[in-house]
Amino acid sequence: MNEIRNLINITDLSTEEIDYLVKVADDIVENHSFYDDICNHKKLATLFFEPSTRTRLSFEAAMLELGGSVLGFSSANSSSAAKGESVSDTIRTVGCYVDIIAMRHPKEGAPVVGAQRTTVPIINAGDGGHFHPTQTLTDILTISRKKGRLNNMTIGLCGDLKFGRTVHSLIEAMMRYENVKFILISPDELNVPDYMKEKMDQAGVSWSETADLESAMPELDILYMTRVQKERFFNEADYIRLKDSYILDLDKLASAKEDLTIMHPLPRVNEISVEVDDDPRACYFFQALCGKHIRMALILFLLGIEREGFGK
Amino acid sequence: MNIDGVNTGIVLDHITAGKSMEIYELLKLDKLNCTVAVIQHVDSTKYGKKDIIKIDEDIPLDIEVLGFLNSNITVNKVKDGKLVEKVHLKLPETLTDVIKCKNPRCITSVEQEIVQKFKLVDPEKKVYRCAYCDAEYTGGNKL
Repeated sequence: MNEIRNLINITDLSTEEIDYLVKVADDIVENHSFYDDICNHKKLATLFFEPSTRTRLSFEAAMLELGGSVLGFSSANSSSAAKGESVSDTIRTVGCYVDIIAMRHPKEGAPVVGAQRTTVPIINAGDGGHFHPTQTLTDILTISRKKGRLNNMTIGLCGDLKFGRTVHSLIEAMMRYENVKFILISPDELNVPDYMKEKMDQAGVSWSETADLESAMPELDILYMTRVQKERFFNEADYIRLKDSYILDLDKLASAKEDLTIMHPLPRVNEISVEVDDDPRACYFFQALCGKHIRMALILFLLGIEREGFGK
Repeated sequence: MNIDGVNTGIVLDHITAGKSMEIYELLKLDKLNCTVAVIQHVDSTKYGKKDIIKIDEDIPLDIEVLGFLNSNITVNKVKDGKLVEKVHLKLPETLTDVIKCKNPRCITSVEQEIVQKFKLVDPEKKVYRCAYCDAEYTGGNKL
């Protein structure tokens, strides 16, 4: 019997495996009919101990499109966690009913505990501010589809780079590819932590840091926006001074490349002006679609299912 | 000062000077009925000064815990007055139920029955990270 694979952190996947998932996701779009019933009689549990719209619905849509079925809960209040049941016991029980589990939990490391208690694959759908590997896979698929490659590009990461888990995971995943350069655009208060910079240095990755989005704009192939949150600042004056610098609008895009890809993990609040939505370079809703396709590919991979004739 | 050698038992040598009482307490040596000698600030050619603990009984030792606390230590096992085994400690790759994660956002902070587990990520800087939440261990909170 094959070893059970889980996805807790993006680093659980080798570069070859990430490339494979991207290929399967592309195949799902090109040859959709092959996948309509491929997960017939398979069940996915979505165990969301804290609410989420996008991620949970994306997982559920993915499994339904593969012909499988879905069960689960969407908040801790509607599960036996409200009665005081531990994560361990919940996962152990649900593992008896389903073939694969996607779980979100507010506490960091909860999916590791889950994976120790069951023999079905566990997908980490977000554990507090820790990891969110399927967001990273979503970002990678979006970049691959928009650029046709994952190497040779300059990626601008803008906003809250200190606490933004999606940003750290994306750096970790993309720095594996050749000639990927990062421009880190953030106020001093929200710079990328030193340990991430050390990781980039150790990997020999080229990166630079600036507080000025507009000066970095002409160089970028990808612009990954995140939200600058008020509660991250020590005083309100600093927040008010800086907040507008990191709101993307058409004026700031004036010097951008014509084939720039603008991404955002969503939900967006005000960090990208709605006037940008109709710009062909805005890809954040396309990104949401990619999220469903890559989760379909991931479910198949972890269940050890491949369509007949794939890659031939 | 002269202290008798151990006939059958254990000598913990090369303890960092001043740290012997910490080891004494951790190993609960006060609970033993045999002779235990704690010798502090002994001249050492290797470290300048060192502490030594002599235990006149062959007790089971948790090498993992000892290595984490003080990886300089040499454990000498003595039988009938002769040295029978010498173990140079090193930092253990994993620590199970030795230290506790202090990250309030870690799953171990709310589910008490979970085994506390840490992984050695940087032997040079002696950095351990929680196996669940990856928070770095920064001292204190020993179990």
